Amino acid sequence: MGKRTVIPFGPQHPILPEPVHLDLVIEDEKVIEAVPSIGFIHRGLEKLAEVREYPELVYVIERICGICSFGHGLGYVTAVEGLMGVEVPERADYLRTMWHELSRIHSHMLWLGLTADALGFESLFMHTWKVRERILNMFDLTTGGRVIHSVCKVGGVRRDVEEEMLDRIVSEVRETRKETRKLTDVFLRDTSVKSRLCGVGILSKEDAEELCAVGPVARASGVYQDMRLNGMCKYGELGFEPVIGEGGDCYARCKVRISELNQSFDIVEKTASVMPDGPVEVQVRGPLQAGEFMMRLEQPRGEALYYVRGNGTRYLERMRVRTPTNMNLPSMVRMLQGCDLADVPVIILTIDPCISCTER
Amino acid sequence: MGAFRISGLILGSLFRRPATAKYPAVPREWEERTRGRIEIDASECILCGMCARKCPADALAVDKAEATWEIDMMGCVQCGHCTEICPKKCLRMEKEYTAPDCDRRTGLRKIPVPKKVTPRNDR
Repeated sequence: MGKRTVIPFGPQHPILPEPVHLDLVIEDEKVIEAVPSIGFIHRGLEKLAEVREYPELVYVIERICGICSFGHGLGYVTAVEGLMGVEVPERADYLRTMWHELSRIHSHMLWLGLTADALGFESLFMHTWKVRERILNMFDLTTGGRVIHSVCKVGGVRRDVEEEMLDRIVSEVRETRKETRKLTDVFLRDTSVKSRLCGVGILSKEDAEELCAVGPVARASGVYQDMRLNGMCKYGELGFEPVIGEGGDCYARCKVRISELNQSFDIVEKTASVMPDGPVEVQVRGPLQAGEFMMRLEQPRGEALYYVRGNGTRYLERMRVRTPTNMNLPSMVRMLQGCDLADVPVIILTIDPCISCTER
Repeated sequence: MGAFRISGLILGSLFRRPATAKYPAVPREWEERTRGRIEIDASECILCGMCARKCPADALAVDKAEATWEIDMMGCVQCGHCTEICPKKCLRMEKEYTAPDCDRRTGLRKIPVPKKVTPRNDR
């Protein structure tokens, strides 16, 4: 039996886009235990929610995270609309669905690039991000922002998407799909990539359920769970069915995300073809109703929960967000137990950690 | 064969134009809706202070006594909310982003707002 050593991992590490610290207890190059600690990027945004009026608060909430910024804006406005009993126009709901799926595409592509980078596969990383640029340009075209879109508002969306723009989005998505096919071939079939992903960081279905894993992490372990089935936006009308993987290792999580990419391409094309005419917003005036509302939403990284409590003024009494990474950290700790030290970066990345979301 | 699956992509990229733009030699083309930075047409401003009250980043300040409109360019988050709620529509969104700077304080811009001549009601 070897000597036990504790190796600090992070908060600053080449593979970590955001700061999280892990104390890795090592014995003969095997990780016995991983103790995570967070708290390096807390900004107090939930407290800020209490001193901003609810229509302006959406611009604060979508800055919780740069990658799922659309999801956060969408979650917040849907929760406030639920609290106030506002019915959103149909076209606005379809537009939200389309943007939400575009944001899933760019988030998954970012993740694929970062994974390639963690494997030391620099050229694959560069090629993936080159393709992702097309989607960011579509956000710039339709919302005016590449990363922070500021397009959701309480009562609908701030901007309509004209017919020519929809055509351009569809043609760009088709091109992206073509280019993605070549990339996914490398991710799923290349020997060097497979040797780093297959059989690494296995999370069984029982563990995923017990540790409340969410999103692609849970689905890769075979858990049938997706908040898009709960009637959010227009997924019900579009005949959505979640992608469920098997195996629960890093390769399965990669495969689920790649399948979700293709599914998102389909949803965007379908949304563009059935987009109804009509208004994109309804006027919402006056103070918030007293009461509370909670809703769940499927972000690219998994289920996020939004809770709002109004007290009859224009300020929320309480605003709470529970983010997917928060839920996936216990699963990550379980995956790390017994793995090789060299596999730690890949395992951490396969839960697609977003620490900015987690700490808010 | 499973190895070198990326070789096709690499060879393709080798004979193609670079994917990156030659910025700043070639200026960037902006989209119609791009949100860059806030500018004001001071001659139209009525100093109502609506923009300052509603700014989510507290980047705007309006001083009625001194008749000035002030923006913290480095504090502005370019959400464009002020351009929508301005009753006189004197605020607008330019496409170019705020120029980078070494000193954060240089982001403060105070703009004097000319006094409006209000027609007198003599009768």
